[in-house]
Amino acid sequence: MEICNLSIKEIHKGLTQKNFSAREIVESFLERIYRLNPELNAYLEIFEKEAIEKAKEIDEAILTGKELPNLAGVICAIKDNILVEGKRCTAGSKILENYIAAYDATVVKKLKNQKAIIIGKTNLDEFAMGSSGEHSAFGATKNPLDVEYVPGGSSSGSAAAVAARMCTFALGSDTGGSVRQPASFCGIVGLKPTYGAVSRFGLIAMASSLDQIGPLAKNVEDVEIIFEAIKGKDNKDATSCEYFEEKEINPKEVRIGIPKECFQEGLQKEVIDGLKEAIEVLEREKIHIEEIDIPSLKYGVACYYIVMPSEVSSNLSRFDGIKYGMSILTKPETQELIDVYFETRGKFFGKEVKRRIMLGTYCLSSGYYDAYYLRAQKVRTKIALDFKEAFKKVDLILTPTSPTLPFKLGEKLDDPLAMYMADFLTVPANLAGLPAISLPFKNINNLPFGIQLIAPAFCERRLFNFGKFFEELCST
Amino acid sequence: MLSKEGVKHVARLARIRLTEEELQKMQGELVKILDYIEKLKELDVENLEPTTHSILLKNVFREDKPEKKSKEEGEKLIQLSPQKEGRFIKIKSVFK
Repeated sequence: MEICNLSIKEIHKGLTQKNFSAREIVESFLERIYRLNPELNAYLEIFEKEAIEKAKEIDEAILTGKELPNLAGVICAIKDNILVEGKRCTAGSKILENYIAAYDATVVKKLKNQKAIIIGKTNLDEFAMGSSGEHSAFGATKNPLDVEYVPGGSSSGSAAAVAARMCTFALGSDTGGSVRQPASFCGIVGLKPTYGAVSRFGLIAMASSLDQIGPLAKNVEDVEIIFEAIKGKDNKDATSCEYFEEKEINPKEVRIGIPKECFQEGLQKEVIDGLKEAIEVLEREKIHIEEIDIPSLKYGVACYYIVMPSEVSSNLSRFDGIKYGMSILTKPETQELIDVYFETRGKFFGKEVKRRIMLGTYCLSSGYYDAYYLRAQKVRTKIALDFKEAFKKVDLILTPTSPTLPFKLGEKLDDPLAMYMADFLTVPANLAGLPAISLPFKNINNLPFGIQLIAPAFCERRLFNFGKFFEELCST
Repeated sequence: MLSKEGVKHVARLARIRLTEEELQKMQGELVKILDYIEKLKELDVENLEPTTHSILLKNVFREDKPEKKSKEEGEKLIQLSPQKEGRFIKIKSVFK
């Protein structure tokens, strides 16, 4: 089997049994990257020299008989809104085109400690704002399965890099579906962990009460291994929590709930058909499935598009042309300090970012706070309570990951609201802080169709146990 | 409804220079999005507490002790600023 198709465990075994060297792994992935990336635009930067050096260290450790950590020699890609020391971190924005990270994000440090090889930084919608990858200031990423289609977003490059076998796994960030939706569009697995399960230190903040870093990989087992490697409380992120481990479950005894909203308007017919087929597959295995009611589900997008932009407008106020990033400060024609702010932000922020900052600023502005932000935070509580109620009856909630199949490049670019509706099924988990995973199910009209499983907080293990079971059903 | 003047005001608050064309387009888009968001008014939120953190129920405290950064890291951070003089970040004058 080709190295690029191997799972993390297979790579570990191959290395320790000396079937191949770390150097060979790096070279085989670099060959693919140099061949495929010019068309796909998944990577913004490639760390060839460092990757080869790291491989050399690992190969020497193998020679001396040292025990290898699980991720040693495993090739990974990092979304370009997560800091890697000494490397550029653009967040897909012109405003950070010249920004060099002074330190590692906690997740990156953890991967490096396990000797994973970071091969490059991946493309994304600017500041992780978008559902198609088209809002990157450095050009759109294309879907490796069909280059006329979007790979989803905002972790567009991470999903495309895994799907095109240009890395073994990647990290992304998920604020409203940005790991799960591109995973679904590219036919791979993507996890958004419980809010607080993974440290956000070193992640460029978008909406702090929703952001969570998560892994993308070819299969559930790999995603589980990466999650185990990156989770845990971090003193540098006060919102990170101690992880409460759930015990193993028997996937055959799991009770599945399907919100009735999944069969209603707003979902593409092909998607509903795909969901029905997934239900049939599970029913054949005598899995308990019932329709459930989450009445607040249909308010998710409206709630999200108040909470998120409000936090965006506040988080992105730090980009002022003074402390770092691109700036017009040094231009001789600049007169007043306030012009530095206006001109820098006007010039270097992209369309979607401006739109969301404006929306958030409006929602938080004097006289509107109660009507928008406060109300949305209350609706958020309602959504969380509705989920709590549902989880009294079922163990997992199943939905399609996206209300539509992958769409073509350019198709939704001029209609922001249509683009926002792409988040319909993924935002509720972010609003309620719940873990959710996207799993590839099948191809429909030659395009990947993925399903989403949502679990109670800290029940990632349930997602992995059932996810592996479902994966097996799909492969037989 | 959010007027063009209103959009101008928000852009001022957000410290973003928008061209006339951007303003025009932004108004149409914001009105459409705000109109959709109105949907939330259908829900009764009377007796609900607002969510701040979706998981943690209590505050997190730590001692207010400054941590020392390495000189190197400090230097790297200063180097990122667009305009500096020695170890200072240089900006336009604030007072006349």
